[in-house]
Amino acid sequence: MTCLPARTDKKLGLAIDLDTCVGCNACVTACKGWNDQGYGAPLSDQEPYGAHPSGTFLNRVHSYQVAPDQGAAQVVSFPRSCLHCDNAPCVTVCPTGASYKRSEDGIVLVNEDICIGCGLCAWACPYGAREMDQAAGVMKKCTLCVDRIYNEALPEEDRVPACVRTCPTGARHFGDFADPGSKVSQLAARRGGYDLMPDMGTKPTNKYLPPRPKDRLDTAPLTPLLDIRATGFAGWLDRMLEKF
Amino acid sequence: MHPAPSVIVFTVLSGLGFGFLAFLGAAFVQPAGWTAFLLWGLGYALAVGGLLASTFHLGNPQRAWRAMSQWRTSWLSREGVMAIATLLMLAPVALSDWLGLGWSRLPGVIGAIMALVTVFTTSMIYAQLKTVPRWNHWVTPAMFLCFALAGGAILALPRWPALALVVVMGLALVLSWSIGDRRFAEVGQTMGKATGLDRIGKPSIFDPAHTAGNYLLHEMIHIVGRKHVARLRVLALIFAVVLPALALALLPGAVLPRAVAAVAYLIGAFAARWLFFAQAEHVVGLYYGKR
Repeated sequence: MTCLPARTDKKLGLAIDLDTCVGCNACVTACKGWNDQGYGAPLSDQEPYGAHPSGTFLNRVHSYQVAPDQGAAQVVSFPRSCLHCDNAPCVTVCPTGASYKRSEDGIVLVNEDICIGCGLCAWACPYGAREMDQAAGVMKKCTLCVDRIYNEALPEEDRVPACVRTCPTGARHFGDFADPGSKVSQLAARRGGYDLMPDMGTKPTNKYLPPRPKDRLDTAPLTPLLDIRATGFAGWLDRMLEKF
Repeated sequence: MHPAPSVIVFTVLSGLGFGFLAFLGAAFVQPAGWTAFLLWGLGYALAVGGLLASTFHLGNPQRAWRAMSQWRTSWLSREGVMAIATLLMLAPVALSDWLGLGWSRLPGVIGAIMALVTVFTTSMIYAQLKTVPRWNHWVTPAMFLCFALAGGAILALPRWPALALVVVMGLALVLSWSIGDRRFAEVGQTMGKATGLDRIGKPSIFDPAHTAGNYLLHEMIHIVGRKHVARLRVLALIFAVVLPALALALLPGAVLPRAVAAVAYLIGAFAARWLFFAQAEHVVGLYYGKR
């Protein structure tokens, strides 16, 4: 049934640090790579080498320029993927029961064997987290790498989502938000982790850690160069030349 | 939103079909013999044709039967269940009219109410979506119900009541536009809230997340043709409201005014429904700086 569980034992999700993310797209590539094999239909590409390539991705990195009231603008790289919402609208709209939220860990998944590809779940998601695979005709979404995180065939350090494992700057953190002592809960508490579009009432699990305020220089770095006074022969030349 | 032809055909035809079936079931017209066969057949053909059209946009249409299962939470599922239940409920009445069996009309009255509930469930598929502010309002079910009732009335009712319902539908359509045009701003979602970056300043797009298209841009961010909105609205009003009203008021005979009004209604309804999708803006567009 597409009823949401009353509560989940764990709330597995990601804390994404917008201060540390450099927008390298390694998470996008790792996600695509891992989800091309194993869990469900592979993420297909259409015309990958043609004039208009496109394809299915579960994670995309946007890039914004943010202009504060005062001071210089800053560039923020912004990864966007499924937030594994507590109150997931994509689950309840599903007519077939293919979309579901797991009561044990809160992961939102799609049973691709009964998905009819109607697309209503993607319409219901404010975050654009779901993309219909154009080859398989079923809805694809972030699985939080459910086939890695419990996989005892993998070394322990690999039992995290592919995007987290690959992130070269450590901007993505995986853990249980139901446990207030977990690393992700503490990070979110300390850094002011926030929800995207909270008014939508989706209660996302994933938290975004805001960029830290930038340092501001009091004076322009080249200003001292203007005060250099020439001495000796150069000084004499400087004074002479100014007389013309 | 992408105005997929299958969904436009589905909502227009099944809306008209269930509106007509409601009037037939509630015995506003009581045809007999082969006239009954033709009229009930038309109602069933419109309703079922619309439902079949809705499966054309599915990625895996062979599994469409599964969509009946999640009626507890899903309006799409409720729509499927209600549609089938309504068609089954009305079947004995249709049979009785055709073959002169004289069976009770009670299932017809119940079926008439169920037909309108079916149209309501169709509208709620769209009206439930908080992500599309234009649809997320009571005016959406009101507009869908008015279209079904007016369409059904053109086919089933005497000319003056039909004309009155067509005018009411026109008002509902104009109301849905005037409310709809304000909804996105009213809901107040912005790129700043979508990204949470309003905490540090005013965000704008620095570099797109991808230079090629994707499912989201194709499905949710449809901007083609919006520039013709004003003209299409006038056309929708002329065909769906003005021409049917004139036909019903002025043309002689019993069949001719209905036929002309019905054809004009369909053209107008298709234009209005195309706009319903093409004009609807999804909040995910905020991440792309596009609506």
